[in-house]
Amino acid sequence: MNHAYVSVEGIARRYPGATIFEDLWFGVNRGEFVCLVGHSGCGKTTVLNILAGLEKPSDGEVIVDGQAIEGPSLDRAVIFQGHALMPWMTAEQNVAFALSCRHKDMPRAQLRDAAREALERVGLTAAADKKPSQLSGGMKQRVGIARAFAIAPKMLLMDEPFSALDALTRGALQDEVARLVSEADQTAFMITHDVDEAILLADRILLMTNGPDARLAEVVVNTLPRPRMRATLHKLPGYHALREHILDFLITRSRLMAQGLPADWNPRHAPEVRPGA
Amino acid sequence: MLIPFWRSSLLSLALLILFLGAWELALRSSAATGGSVVDAEYAALVGAAAAQGGQTPMPMPSEIAARLWQLLRDPFYVRGTNDQGIGVQIAYSLARVGIGFGLAALVAIPLGFAIGMSPLLGAVLNPFIQVLRPVSPLAWMPLALYTIKDSSISSVFVIFICSIWPMLLNTAFGVGSVRREWLNVARTLEAGSLKTAWRVILPAAAPTILTGMRISIGIAWLVIVAAEMLVGGTGIGYWVWNQWNNLSLADIVIAILMIGLVGLLLDRLLGWVAGAVAWQE
Ligand SMILES: Nc1ncnc2c1ncn2[C@@H]1O[C@H](COP(=O)(O)OP(=O)(O)OP(=O)(O)O)[C@@H](O)[C@H]1O
Ligand SMILES: [Mg+2]
Repeated sequence: MNHAYVSVEGIARRYPGATIFEDLWFGVNRGEFVCLVGHSGCGKTTVLNILAGLEKPSDGEVIVDGQAIEGPSLDRAVIFQGHALMPWMTAEQNVAFALSCRHKDMPRAQLRDAAREALERVGLTAAADKKPSQLSGGMKQRVGIARAFAIAPKMLLMDEPFSALDALTRGALQDEVARLVSEADQTAFMITHDVDEAILLADRILLMTNGPDARLAEVVVNTLPRPRMRATLHKLPGYHALREHILDFLITRSRLMAQGLPADWNPRHAPEVRPGA
Repeated sequence: MLIPFWRSSLLSLALLILFLGAWELALRSSAATGGSVVDAEYAALVGAAAAQGGQTPMPMPSEIAARLWQLLRDPFYVRGTNDQGIGVQIAYSLARVGIGFGLAALVAIPLGFAIGMSPLLGAVLNPFIQVLRPVSPLAWMPLALYTIKDSSISSVFVIFICSIWPMLLNTAFGVGSVRREWLNVARTLEAGSLKTAWRVILPAAAPTILTGMRISIGIAWLVIVAAEMLVGGTGIGYWVWNQWNNLSLADIVIAILMIGLVGLLLDRLLGWVAGAVAWQE
């Protein structure tokens, strides 16, 4: 995995008396979309925070672009689960704040224009001057997406970005993110509970066993052809096999594997499967 | 249920009239039956207190109103150090409160910021804060008079001391409880500590800080009256004490009214600022 943009090398998170996960190895290639799926509490958010540089692993390290992560970086933008917009700033100011961090010397008027442009790309031109409290949940998350894309990060990190939204809004935003990611050839890492979301967006899906002491059980390669559309996803060849496989893992195997991993299981190279092929 | 403003104001007005009317009537009837009957013209000339030879009857609302009119016609006159208009006295008090409160804000807000950011500093300073905070600010007065040797500056110091605590604690609390989410946003954007403090923490904590400032200014306005009564010289507190020595109760009622109105005004002023920095999730 030397060519990977991000290389996660044996990270673990331990608290006194509890190991959340252990010996996690995986990579994310440039331009690749990787989803992490697993049950609640297995440490997915912790993994994402480590990738973001917001937390340190108890063991192991993460190499990005040949360098170990020391802390948060503008190169790895995060879309948070709870939008995390500053409520005292308008949508435009929220985006402009991020832009002003990326472009330290950019004059105010130019920041404004760039922020407007970023909001326009997610269809929020009309809401630019509104405060988050005046926006719907979906619009707030859109602003969060605009903020993340505006700074043109090398990698996008998303922690269940749509889980708080209703099904219709979620679908629209999934399409939105899919479009933006393919337009920018964006490297992305996303946590999700939604199997269809993972199948729609991901190139590879990482499956984690149940915690405590969670491991990376398996890497599912998504062989469904792109472009994928939400409306026609279930008609693609291999969709059902892929979905069955992931659901089966979540329902039974994630629990069984937490009790005992197969003898030939290698933490550095979790088995790769292609159920859709 | 939403009560129309005009209806509640009308009722408030009615209540006030009822209260003042009862007050007036009660005093008039007691004056009629009670022994000391004073010639009205004579009383008007020398003041009710003098007319009754040292006795100090409660003033009637009508007398208070007349006196208020007299005071407010020329509130800013200065005839020597001991005879200045009520407006001048209030201005002295306001200036002391303004300076003491302003200095306290200059110390409390940055210090509260530091405490909120650093749990260690908070833990180190906590015992001192907890012991000093409940002390009546007037207890500092002798120490202030001895070291500063100026009664006016000493009152400013007392205001400083009493204003500092609510602002300090509220700032520390507001800064300490800024959502981790927002701090993480700033961190992932590599915003830098100055920018994070200015653009994220300060606006996030501003409503809590303003609440502290509002409590502080209220306390400062309470304390200044007592402080000026104690050290004398100038100010509305001194004026009240002076009128008590003159046995002019009408003036004292007027002073109470004025102190209340100015206090309300100060609170409204900060309430307006609080509204400007408020945010809603
Ligand atoms: N201070 C702590 N001490 C012990 N355990 C902790 C501590 N902080 C977090 N944990 C545990 O770490 C685990 C991982 O949390 P994390 O938020 O990463 O899970 P997650 O997979 O994202 O869950 P979810 O799907 O619900 O978001 C949880 O089981 C939590 O109980
Ligand atoms: Mg989580």
